[in-house]
Amino acid sequence: MRFSEETLALVNKIIRRYPEGKQKSALLPVLHLAQAEFDGWLSPDVMDYVAGLLAIKPIEVYEVATFYSMYNLKPVGKCLIEVCQTGPCWLRGSDDIVHHLESKLGIKVGETTPDGMFTLKTVECLGSCGTAPMLQCGSKFHENLTTDKVDTLLENLKSTNQRTSYMR
Amino acid sequence: MPKKLLLEHIDVPSIETFETYRRHGGYASVEKALKTMTPDAVTEEVKKSGLRGRGGAGFPAGLKWSFLDRKSEKPRYLVCNADESEPGTFKDRYLMEKIPHLLIEGMITASYALGAKTSYIYIRGEYMYIVRILERAIEEAYAAGFLGQHILGTPYSLDLYVHPGAGAYICGEETALLESLEGKRGNPRLKPPFPAVAGLYAAPTVVNNVETIAAVVSIVNGGGDEYAKVGLGKSTGTKLISASGHINKPGVYEIELGLPVEEFIFSDEYCGGIWKGRKLKAVVAGGSSVPILPAHLILKTAKGEQRLMTYESLADGGFISGTMLGSGGFIVMDETACIVRNLWTFSRFYHHESCGQCSPCREGTGWMEKVLHRIEHGHGHMHDIDLLVDVAKKIEGNTICPLGDAAAWPVASAIRHFREEFEYHVKYPEKVANPKHFELEPFRSERLELSNA
Amino acid sequence: MVKVTIDGIEIEVAEGTTILNAARQIGGDVVPPAMCYYTSLKDSGGKCRVCLVKVTHTSTKDPRPMPKLVASCRTNVMDGMVIQNITSPEVLEARKGVVEFLLINHPLDCPICDQAGECDLQNLAYEHGVAKTRYEEERRTFEKIDIGDKIKLHMTRCILCYRCTFVADQLTDNRVHGILGRGDTSEISTYIQKAVDNDFSGNMIDVCPVGALTDNTFRFKSRVWFTKPLDAHRNCDKCCGKVVLFTKGDEVLRVSARKDKYAEVTEYICNECRYDHKRLSDWVIEGPRHIDRNSVISQNHYEKIDLLKLKQEIERQIDFEKGKQLPEPNQSLTA
Ligand SMILES: Cc1cc2nc3c(=O)[nH]c(=O)nc-3n(C[C@H](O)[C@H](O)[C@H](O)COP(=O)(O)O)c2cc1C
Ligand code: SF4
Ligand code: SF4
Ligand code: FES
Ligand code: FES
Repeated sequence: MRFSEETLALVNKIIRRYPEGKQKSALLPVLHLAQAEFDGWLSPDVMDYVAGLLAIKPIEVYEVATFYSMYNLKPVGKCLIEVCQTGPCWLRGSDDIVHHLESKLGIKVGETTPDGMFTLKTVECLGSCGTAPMLQCGSKFHENLTTDKVDTLLENLKSTNQRTSYMR
Repeated sequence: MPKKLLLEHIDVPSIETFETYRRHGGYASVEKALKTMTPDAVTEEVKKSGLRGRGGAGFPAGLKWSFLDRKSEKPRYLVCNADESEPGTFKDRYLMEKIPHLLIEGMITASYALGAKTSYIYIRGEYMYIVRILERAIEEAYAAGFLGQHILGTPYSLDLYVHPGAGAYICGEETALLESLEGKRGNPRLKPPFPAVAGLYAAPTVVNNVETIAAVVSIVNGGGDEYAKVGLGKSTGTKLISASGHINKPGVYEIELGLPVEEFIFSDEYCGGIWKGRKLKAVVAGGSSVPILPAHLILKTAKGEQRLMTYESLADGGFISGTMLGSGGFIVMDETACIVRNLWTFSRFYHHESCGQCSPCREGTGWMEKVLHRIEHGHGHMHDIDLLVDVAKKIEGNTICPLGDAAAWPVASAIRHFREEFEYHVKYPEKVANPKHFELEPFRSERLELSNA
Repeated sequence: MVKVTIDGIEIEVAEGTTILNAARQIGGDVVPPAMCYYTSLKDSGGKCRVCLVKVTHTSTKDPRPMPKLVASCRTNVMDGMVIQNITSPEVLEARKGVVEFLLINHPLDCPICDQAGECDLQNLAYEHGVAKTRYEEERRTFEKIDIGDKIKLHMTRCILCYRCTFVADQLTDNRVHGILGRGDTSEISTYIQKAVDNDFSGNMIDVCPVGALTDNTFRFKSRVWFTKPLDAHRNCDKCCGKVVLFTKGDEVLRVSARKDKYAEVTEYICNECRYDHKRLSDWVIEGPRHIDRNSVISQNHYEKIDLLKLKQEIERQIDFEKGKQLPEPNQSLTA
């Protein structure tokens, strides 16, 4: 297990943002890079590798990785679809979007399609309440959703057939 | 034309680039501060401006700056709180996405005032695409000599970095944010010590919201006294309001503090009234944490005075009949909205976001969510309603950080103002079995109808 | 020295003393309970909130009351501070709330828990709890697991006081367990199967205020109050060697460090002393251990909490749990 040279250079650049001896500060950004580079989730091996890079104990990485909701601790589908379901989005019909996605993908929230293409998740407010309902896929926000827009998005994701990532 | 101090140039094409931003007067505050003012003089202007923290608590920014331990041997830090995760709030995102250089400029000027040599922008991880926008803007600022060594040829040097979080509302709490920035779990710290004395890496630190820092630009440009003339009383300046929910024109609006709430909701310049020609039922005026108010109390205070968009007017009546300006997350509900269901989503949010460090919040938020889930789905008992009030009361004030209060207030206020609706859910489980119950037939309460009339 | 008043009792304490420790210097009923604070563990405290007190007078200089109840374990006294603990209905109400919060997800399996009889939560519940639970929801549960061959982790009982993580950080050279997850799904864990195995790791058992971490070499051997605790020591090159032996006949069932009257270990012991010397002849016996406060092993407390009823209940349940050793009811209760 090893980051690409390019990513390693970036890791070193990130570490330099913090004072000497405070390289642990780089943990969150480096875990984002790791998740992007190693199949969209953080396996124990990946976390141990990051611990080594930052010269901290593995448990320090596990403690952090399990605290933050953006880190996946289990494999996820190629495209992770995260629909906001908090009050402001709910007021504008996020339930309908979730139901539409569930029936379209044939899975329930929290599940992955059998072909490993989509994982559907509900999340809490993503700071897009004025353009509700909305969902996030990769780093992209899809706003003012309608069922038609959701259909188009799914089509696009299928035809692009690329792993989504917060880092792209 | 209402006064615009933050968003004046928001619609200028390519304002996100350094060149355009600079052409419209950008970075003037950096030049003015670094070349003609001492750091303390900048702090003095911010004090005079009466600017209050825009992150939610409304603490006077100048006062916070003056608390910073300037005698310490350690480096000083300015950290911008761009964690924006309070449901109903999306103004920081708007500002950073559309006019990133305003934040960068504010960071430089504020860092100079505080004597910080390194500053960080802590941004919520979900805004990763904005991380890239900000990093591009920072690169441009370095290239133009506004960041790095000897800015504009002065002795002052500053490095500025963006640090992404990874999904945790609690990291908006300033000490949790600092923990997270140190690469740890976002557990809020016990205070004292306050960040002004022992913050990032145990060094003196100021944490300010995006909008607070952006406001420093116009304060330095125009002077603190001029800024203080905008607004009303102790609510000086302008404020970004994130308007969402059942209105015709959701979005971010810069308002001059003092604007009547009624005008904000119904004028075409702002929310444009309630959508679908429906009636206003309730408003959560300052982000999900603040008490919800029914229509009659958001438009007028209990004393019958016009309610204004100011810290003071919104708080008029305390928690009995008032609310708070908070982060300016203005969530509007029409007559079909179910207060119980909306509250349940809020409670689920706080349950999900509790860091779990202290027992009242860790256990109480989950308890409230479960009870609300039952009530909303037609499995509640009458005694559950008072139980909720009591659990909220036992969380409030007894926790390490204000997330406990933030979880308790919405519950307490929703039951205070809309108890009949909770009782209805208990009495008619078959009617609320349909999740869209009040869309089919809006809930009518005689008491509220009389008050709203 | 600064002067403070707690529940009407005045005392002079050194500057920098916490309210909790000032109260402990007075002793008796004015001492707030503490479930997460641990004197010898740096940064502990502030989390459980059972030690909340009311400051009605901040200091001579600033006579204002503090706006909220404060955690006495992490709030330093100031000259002229006036504090209410048991004289404040507000404090008692809040504490009752905290105890209820700690119990809603607790399995209440005291009858089969090894900690029963020396559990801080059990004592707290008797003193401040309410008779009937208002919690109708499903309780959180976890599988019990071994973390290492000597320590059993019964996460369902954990109150997330963080003490064991401080022990691992501050007493051992490699912490392999920690707090994982967030909110009410946080748990103590090693994440991937790893053995907590380290010269001083056994102290995690002693600092745990509940039965979440228990000594695998003692589990179910006996109810603690049927054992006879003895002070004993041996020459040890790793630790102080000063321990308490929990004995039955001439059998040493368990070895633990010595705890003071606030159930805090003052001198930690090594794993060799704890696990590897289970013969009376390994030790120099000093005499019976006097155990007071915070333990039903102590006679006083026994009377207060209706011991007989508790015992009957426990026995009933233990009878139920076949395959586990039945206690001998006639054994003396105290040393
Ligand atoms: C649970 C919680 C969440 C918070 N979230 C945010 C946030 O997302 N953004 C923010 O600016 N302040 C947030 N705050 C307020 C900060 O703790 C702090 O008061 C603020 O960043 C100070 O900046 P200001 O004085 O400029 O408002 C939050 C506070 C709490 C208790
Ligand atoms: S109040 Fe909640 S979020 Fe704040 S420290 Fe306590 S458990 Fe964590
Ligand atoms: S296992 Fe015991 S010591 Fe560790 S956190 Fe839980 S209750 Fe505290
Ligand atoms: S509630 Fe969905 S983005 Fe805010
Ligand atoms: S003992 Fe003080 S908060 Fe736990």
